[in-house]
Amino acid sequence: MLERINKAQGLMDAACKKMGRQINIMEVCGTHTVAIFRSGIKSNLPKQMKLLSGPGCPVCVTDQGYIDIVLQLADRDDLLIATYGDMIRVPGKGGSLETKQTKANIKVVLSSEDALQLAKDNPDKTIVFIAVGFETTAPATAVVVKEAAEENIKNFCILSGHKLVVPAMRALLSEKNNNIDGFLCPGHVSVIIGFGAFAEIVEDFDRPCVVAGFEPLQIIEGLGEICRQLSAGKPELKSIYTAVVTEKGNTAAQKIIDECFEPVDGLWRGLGKIKKSTLQLKDKYSQFDAFKRFDITETPVEDTSGCRCGEVLSGLIEPPQCALFEKSCTPQAPVGPCMVSSEGACAAWFKYGRKRQK
Amino acid sequence: MGTTKNDKILLAHGGGGQLMDELIRHHILPHFKNDILDELADSAKLNLASGSISFTTDSYVVKPLFFNGGDIGKLAVCGTINDLAVAGSRPAALALSLIIEDGFEFELLDKILASISKAAKESDVNIVTGDVKTVESGAADKIFINTAGIGEKLAGVDLGFNKITAGDKIIINGTIGDHGMTIISQREGIKFQSQCTAWPSPLQSDCAALSGLICELLENTNGIKFMRDPTRGGLAATLNEVSRASNLSIEIREVDIPVKPTVQAAADMLGFDVLNIANEGKFVAVVSPESADDCLSICKKHPLGKEAKIIGEVVQTRDVPVVELITKIGGRRIVQMPYGRELPRIC
Amino acid sequence: MCLAIPARIVELDRDNAVVDAMGNRWRAKTTLLPEAKLGDLVLMHAGFAISLVDEEEARETWQLLAEIADFDQTPNKISG
Repeated sequence: MLERINKAQGLMDAACKKMGRQINIMEVCGTHTVAIFRSGIKSNLPKQMKLLSGPGCPVCVTDQGYIDIVLQLADRDDLLIATYGDMIRVPGKGGSLETKQTKANIKVVLSSEDALQLAKDNPDKTIVFIAVGFETTAPATAVVVKEAAEENIKNFCILSGHKLVVPAMRALLSEKNNNIDGFLCPGHVSVIIGFGAFAEIVEDFDRPCVVAGFEPLQIIEGLGEICRQLSAGKPELKSIYTAVVTEKGNTAAQKIIDECFEPVDGLWRGLGKIKKSTLQLKDKYSQFDAFKRFDITETPVEDTSGCRCGEVLSGLIEPPQCALFEKSCTPQAPVGPCMVSSEGACAAWFKYGRKRQK
Repeated sequence: MGTTKNDKILLAHGGGGQLMDELIRHHILPHFKNDILDELADSAKLNLASGSISFTTDSYVVKPLFFNGGDIGKLAVCGTINDLAVAGSRPAALALSLIIEDGFEFELLDKILASISKAAKESDVNIVTGDVKTVESGAADKIFINTAGIGEKLAGVDLGFNKITAGDKIIINGTIGDHGMTIISQREGIKFQSQCTAWPSPLQSDCAALSGLICELLENTNGIKFMRDPTRGGLAATLNEVSRASNLSIEIREVDIPVKPTVQAAADMLGFDVLNIANEGKFVAVVSPESADDCLSICKKHPLGKEAKIIGEVVQTRDVPVVELITKIGGRRIVQMPYGRELPRIC
Repeated sequence: MCLAIPARIVELDRDNAVVDAMGNRWRAKTTLLPEAKLGDLVLMHAGFAISLVDEEEARETWQLLAEIADFDQTPNKISG
């Protein structure tokens, strides 16, 4: 293993030398951010190589308006909120789901199936499933929506916050002041959409795209491969997560997403509105759409807190550059989702990266 | 055993009258036969040789009450014994308080009492005084237990943060995360059961009384500076407490931290960090470098220390005291004080 | 943005499965992986199997101890 690590580090050093300037590689995926920190890779990278955290933490990129809607729904006694653990601590108007959890109508679930089961077990309440996540998680939501339709379950609905990765990457690259040299692409999103989905980024924007898994060696070799391409001056599309990622992806999952959802314009924290980037339930399944059932729309919320999560998510700044970081924004008292989410860049920096001794 | 016609606790069992008397004499006392308790005086009179006493208390509210490897009763005894042991004391006596909900089944109460009795006997400690109260159904989540413990300080043993210096080694007596992951696995809402397949160890709490091993260590070595049991908050919390209090930094090596693969896999599935997960049969010892090997070999000869390891050392602080993990690929990352609640994550 | 770990299907009835990850057993659905069979190694995410896992590659990628014939009994190995 050491040999392979050294080889990859050699490629990184070579690229830094060749380019003669700072190299910025964006890890799109929040799970990569956390894995990179936890495995200590960041501490061993060449000084001229910077890893930018991208908009790949689904909780972080969820617009504040969506969070506030969730908290509003949590206040209603006739509803049961079913959510993945990731959302529990995200702050919004009136607190967070955690501070509201004394109301006993908020349940943490590990699977969308658990949320549907709650609906079956609690016929007197309406279950709202907080459906966040990227393409990896969207099929799980689609499956239960279909099941709910087939079994005619009336007290179940979803608040879809599912987002799509490639449109976000395109939006980032369309920003004039972006400094992204290459992408470490999300391994598990690729399981669903296939690594072929990133071809358009390589073709249209001339950036290396390498799909890697989350084990330390995968990440290191992924970064090495991006650097190799940068040195060669030839951006390519490549996947090294061959254990589970194919070019076409999981077609059964793609089919079910397509059956239940359609991409619509959506609000992303920090990135604003991105075309066809959010999944909305198709008309056929609109009875399960919480937005329609409760007649709510996600509207942009003006953030006056000074939170710079948006810039962190776009890779424009690193968390320590935010004035609130570590001072008024900490994991115990988070101002923005990047600090509270288990995958948020700010939380990762705070937990794993601060005040390190060399 | 009893003359009660009911199979469940009633509020009247805490009322100080006939039913309570029956409860104590017929259900509780038979488990804890000893001269002091049998007096049923308002206070226990103890004659302790040492003038140097340790005193501790803990309350136990664990859910589920019964889990693989133990139950709330065993936990209540072992937890308090361990708190005395890591302070450098030999446990001498325990007090037992029960708060029981109306409607709690006697069958379950008897099981818990038997467990308490067994755990206490195995550590050669008596329950010398106690109390029982009953509350309305729902007010105590079935049963809450509090134990308080008195211990006699071992001669010549003086443990404290102020003894710790750079260069000291950090030892743990076995695998981490076992207790917490076992509890989580049985908690409602997270339905998975661990089974023995081709794999040697299913999920099981490591709940155990460590006084025997710890006293052996303290009596046979002279380099132990500080000890603590990494319960809630896990190894991460304990090491951060040590670092903060001693104003020194700590470095630990990922490859040397013992974790059962089944525990690691369970934590991975939920997105938990094993460093933050509770242990109930483990201690962390900070020892002088010269005594480290002796301590390790004493541990390894004991059933509760077979997988003991030196996991790291105390180092000088640069600017602020930190706990740092050297990862298996040779990188470094900070180990923070855990938030206090591990939430399963999907994304 | 997605936590997923490999596990082996040890029970399968239509799309209802039980998977085993290092001795831990979880209920899982194979709705998104209709080709999954009993005994297959799959990638689990949010209660669903989302991909078959190539055994050889898995060994390499995750250093799966349970699947290696001559696995090292050291309790110190930490994955992930």
